Amino acid sequence: MKARRMILATVLGLTAGAGVAAAQTRTILNVSYDPTRELYKEFNEQFVRHWHQETGETVEIQMSHGGAGKQARAVIDGLEADVVTLALAYDIDAISEEAGLMPEDWQARLPNDSAPYTSTIVFLVRKGNPKDITDWDDLLAPGIEVITPNPKTSGGARWNYLAAWGFALQRELGGFEKLGDPAAAAEVGRAESKAREFVTALYRKVPVLDTGARGSTTTFVQRGIGDVLLAWENEAFLAVEELGPDKFEIVVPSVSILAQPPVTVIDKVADRRGTRDIAEGYLEYLYSPTGQRLAAKHFYRPYDRSSADPDDLGRFPALSLFTIDEVFGGWQKAQAEHFNDGGLFDSMYKP
Amino acid sequence: MAGSASMSVAVGARAAPPATRDAPAVRWTLTAIALAFLALFLVLPLVVVFAEAFREGIGAYLASFDDPDALAAISLTLLTAAVAVPLNVAFGICAAWAITKFKFPGRPLLVTLIDLPFAVSPVVAGLIFVLVFGLQGWLGPWLVARDIRVIFAVPGIVLATLFITFPFVARELIPLMEEQGTEEEQAAMTLGARGWTIFRRVTLPNIRWALLYGVILCNARAMGEFGAVSVVSGHIRGRTNTLPLHVEILYNEYSFVAAFATASLLAVLAIATLVLKSLVEYRIQRQVARASAGAAGREALP
Repeated sequence: MKARRMILATVLGLTAGAGVAAAQTRTILNVSYDPTRELYKEFNEQFVRHWHQETGETVEIQMSHGGAGKQARAVIDGLEADVVTLALAYDIDAISEEAGLMPEDWQARLPNDSAPYTSTIVFLVRKGNPKDITDWDDLLAPGIEVITPNPKTSGGARWNYLAAWGFALQRELGGFEKLGDPAAAAEVGRAESKAREFVTALYRKVPVLDTGARGSTTTFVQRGIGDVLLAWENEAFLAVEELGPDKFEIVVPSVSILAQPPVTVIDKVADRRGTRDIAEGYLEYLYSPTGQRLAAKHFYRPYDRSSADPDDLGRFPALSLFTIDEVFGGWQKAQAEHFNDGGLFDSMYKP
Repeated sequence: MAGSASMSVAVGARAAPPATRDAPAVRWTLTAIALAFLALFLVLPLVVVFAEAFREGIGAYLASFDDPDALAAISLTLLTAAVAVPLNVAFGICAAWAITKFKFPGRPLLVTLIDLPFAVSPVVAGLIFVLVFGLQGWLGPWLVARDIRVIFAVPGIVLATLFITFPFVARELIPLMEEQGTEEEQAAMTLGARGWTIFRRVTLPNIRWALLYGVILCNARAMGEFGAVSVVSGHIRGRTNTLPLHVEILYNEYSFVAAFATASLLAVLAIATLVLKSLVEYRIQRQVARASAGAAGREALP
């Protein structure tokens, strides 16, 4: 009897405790993907100050980071995110589809397809580029180990995969104009099977698939595994900055993908918790000059280049970027064909 | 881990004469291999943890704990252990008592079920709770409607830890209580003692060292659990990160000194556990030896 009462008291105490804490200061939870840790750490401080100036209210921003797919899954399973800032639209689509927490057209609610910053995929190699890697083809050279996370759980990994696929397609077709052309269907089919061979060969060179982009970065830079890391541009810059330009350097391939990591308010959570105004203000502030300047500072390509520091902008190399809509017909299609269970990735990656 | 420890206790109690006639060279080689293995896989990593933690001096080491997120992780870990360990002690004693002192239908099933958390991968254990309490799970919508949070909040972390540390106490008690039999309780009963008195004055003193041993192991695992807790945590900084999860976060943020400093806390806990465990093990050995000597004495009587 006593034990049962104790259990009950403990459980009640814990839930009550959580409730009281929430009533004091309003908080919002931003569920984000792996490499945004440094960006949001600084951005949150700025936003709290900004919100206090505007409204006089002191709010608290909580963060959760992890592989984008894993994070989306957690939100679907009930992690109470007021806003999500994930690596790709598909994972946010999944939240809308599977849990119905916000409308399906969420991506139209903010400018630039709800992506306040963009990025791309580049290579990080060891100093001096000892294996002489300059473009996607070089990754398949004998004796090269490639580090990239698992496309099943990581958003960055899916961008990596699609960038490699896009490169192979472009090499075969000389451009992407023929993709929608019915007359060139046979040629496109041949190019696609070449692309499939290319990506299959690429994943044969991957010794370990981490669950998130940051895990792969530490595998490469900290544990010293592999010759080249396929990485978010921001992640590659950060690794060079944190761990020393004397150890790593960035290689920019001839062509890569335009990665748009989108953001949105999770309506049902924000409404239930009474935080919609903060959540919306938070995302709008990402688009403000301060937000854009911070994005550029943390190696994200800002949506509005005019408010970023020109020195920060000068760090971004010019390269030819294709979009997911142009080459893959959007995230829904790309996800279904390549990454879902039974998709192409499952058939090509057999550990 | 716990199972093998109690095995060795039991084997020790039925001490057989040493069985090897191998040449000393063979014995020394085998011992050397075992020790080298131990040094490489246990001692070296431990040394590395402390070396990395103190790499930038004691100041940097201490500074890593001067962080609200680190303190929150420490207090959450302590809270989790403070809830999980007493509950599992209560459960462990009840289960061991029922299993060893009574015969009832379903007894073998209960013995098997207690071991379930050992058999199930911690990640699966975590997922079970997501499936039950998650928003898409059985109870999720009902809980949300009542504004009760289980997973991705403290109760979920406590539940997952409870599940993982479930067998430790019971597993330690069952072999000992089986060995001790029910004679002493029966004697107490014939002298007119009631259930609670028997438990408090006869059973509990007999099992106290094994119980302590179980508590120590249970506590170590409760504080060190990663997999199951990681699944149900949601990784909200300063809210739902326990020490092991905090170590991972710090490591992933290139804060290597802080990561290893936090890891060293867990390592100190592990070492303290080992020392306590050895002390307690020694006491249990003596107790079991006494118990079986007593049993042997009784059997020898006509």
